[in-house]
Amino acid sequence: MLRQIEGSRAVAETVARCRPEVVCAYPISPQTHIIEAIGAMVKAGTLSPCEFINVESEFAAMSVSIGASATGARSYTATASQGLLFMLEAVYNAAGLGLPIVMTLANRAIGAPINIWNDHSDAMAARDAGWIQLFAETNQEAADLHVQAFRLAEELSVPVMVCMDGFILTHAVEGIDVPEQSDVDAFLPPYEPRQLLDPANPISIGAMVGPEAFTEVRYLSHLRQLDALELIPELASRFNQAFGRDSGGLVHSYRTQDATTVVVALGSVLGTIKDAVDRRRDAGERVGVVGITTFRPFPFDEVRRALSGATTVIVVEKAFSVGFGGVLSTDVAMATHDQDLTLRTVIAGLGGRAILRSSLERVLEDGARGRLESVTFLDLDHDAVDRERQRMASQRRSGPTAENILGDLGAVASRIG
Amino acid sequence: MDDATAKGLDTMFQIRFHGRGGQGVVTAAELLSMAAFAEGRFSQAFPSFGSERTGAPVVSFCRIDDRPIRSREPVIVPNALIIQDVTLLHQVDLFAGFPAEGYLLINTSKGFEELGLEQFVRQFHPRRLLACPATELALEHLGRPLPNAALLGGFAALTGQVTIDSIQAAIRERFGPAAGERNAAAAGAAYELGMAQAKEFSDAATN
Repeated sequence: MLRQIEGSRAVAETVARCRPEVVCAYPISPQTHIIEAIGAMVKAGTLSPCEFINVESEFAAMSVSIGASATGARSYTATASQGLLFMLEAVYNAAGLGLPIVMTLANRAIGAPINIWNDHSDAMAARDAGWIQLFAETNQEAADLHVQAFRLAEELSVPVMVCMDGFILTHAVEGIDVPEQSDVDAFLPPYEPRQLLDPANPISIGAMVGPEAFTEVRYLSHLRQLDALELIPELASRFNQAFGRDSGGLVHSYRTQDATTVVVALGSVLGTIKDAVDRRRDAGERVGVVGITTFRPFPFDEVRRALSGATTVIVVEKAFSVGFGGVLSTDVAMATHDQDLTLRTVIAGLGGRAILRSSLERVLEDGARGRLESVTFLDLDHDAVDRERQRMASQRRSGPTAENILGDLGAVASRIG
Repeated sequence: MDDATAKGLDTMFQIRFHGRGGQGVVTAAELLSMAAFAEGRFSQAFPSFGSERTGAPVVSFCRIDDRPIRSREPVIVPNALIIQDVTLLHQVDLFAGFPAEGYLLINTSKGFEELGLEQFVRQFHPRRLLACPATELALEHLGRPLPNAALLGGFAALTGQVTIDSIQAAIRERFGPAAGERNAAAAGAAYELGMAQAKEFSDAATN
């Protein structure tokens, strides 16, 4: 039933309907509403049997999730930003051990400077941890992806991270159809672990592996991720049959037929990009957009196919590799290396900077006319940057950059965008 | 206002709320979206994502449309502006992007003249302006200075985008029986004030 509810609420209810047996999480904005709601459901007994375990940190949250999953319990957690970094060692372990934990990542920037707002720096920091990473475009998709994530994780014994834009999705109230319990039960069979810590049949999990076998164990992880490239579209198709919604999958193209300029992006900004694309189409431009739902494993073939007609590809990214440039851009460049096209990177939305449709329309126009630099920082205040560079050049003790820029810009709370 | 809106091609109605932490600014946008949703329309509400503290400036947004809403940008060009706290007038760029055809709803027991806005509001259509004593109505009906519910009643009267019934139903759903009833009463009272002002205008027009 369609209800007007907060994204976090929809995810919490959906996760509950996936019947997790252990939920262990440490609160951090913008994930808090999700785990608060699940905690309340466990306490009220509406999510049962389930143990909600309070811990002292994210490192403990992921460690408990690993332990719970190893005993055969369906395990769920959620985090964001610094919380993900704090648990990162255990995040790698969950994947290396092949434990099918599902985690919501309410995407948020990473400090310093301290920032609680949305971007994709956290997801990119965990890009190589061995988790499957799915990105939701809408709150409906965020909810739906969790149902698919548990099934995907458990079928392959690989942990899955469902990335949803912090605040932009987690705190948005919109019409969302939370999957019904009976439908979820039909879609998601009980968890049958490949490996199980059981006192009746003792085994060990987590052996030390030397050079003689480390490559093989890691390569098998890689193969399981490649298997996911087959399974993800299949699950999305089965989900569509069962729930009547097009959620999940590898990539989604919008108005790319005959498009010469195509934007590539992850997550909720795709909505605003589609609005920008429609307006450029109205103006006669041949533009389209490709949304990447599955970022890890990276769907090279599907991306190449989706971009096969494009002469200009613009990757809009909410994160970047300092001293290098775009992260997603690199993957897209690899996928299209044998195609004759111009690839441009637009870094946007860092630390919650609003990504405006008008700015995106300008990007599309500039891209189509060959006026985009290879890497552009969208709506960058060049004057403020120049003034700080001058301060640094004119005196040795120029002070902390963040404080200088804030002082330079004055009252930032007065800005709307 | 952009081209599509100006040509009436755009069916979207966008509302921006300004207030302070603790005044229910985020809740107001959510309630409005619930009311629009109940009337079968597409709607989206979201906050300005600050690290909100009591008393700090807070912005929230609501979009209402007959089509699915895809945009995730903040409301840059609002069709309606709801100002919950007039002390923000000199602190925040409240009127950024606000077009001459926009609806302006301010929580105040004073007139625009007393607020020093008389000159400013001359550029707007007088029927699209409403000074609503929402805090006083809240004190009367709730015993607490929470103006958000009352302002939504004023919004329903001013814009006709949603009915007062849907607003009151959303309020009752969110706040539960006791507080819901009191907030619904405050919204109803503000709605009556707004409708009375509209009637004055139409009487003046026919006379």
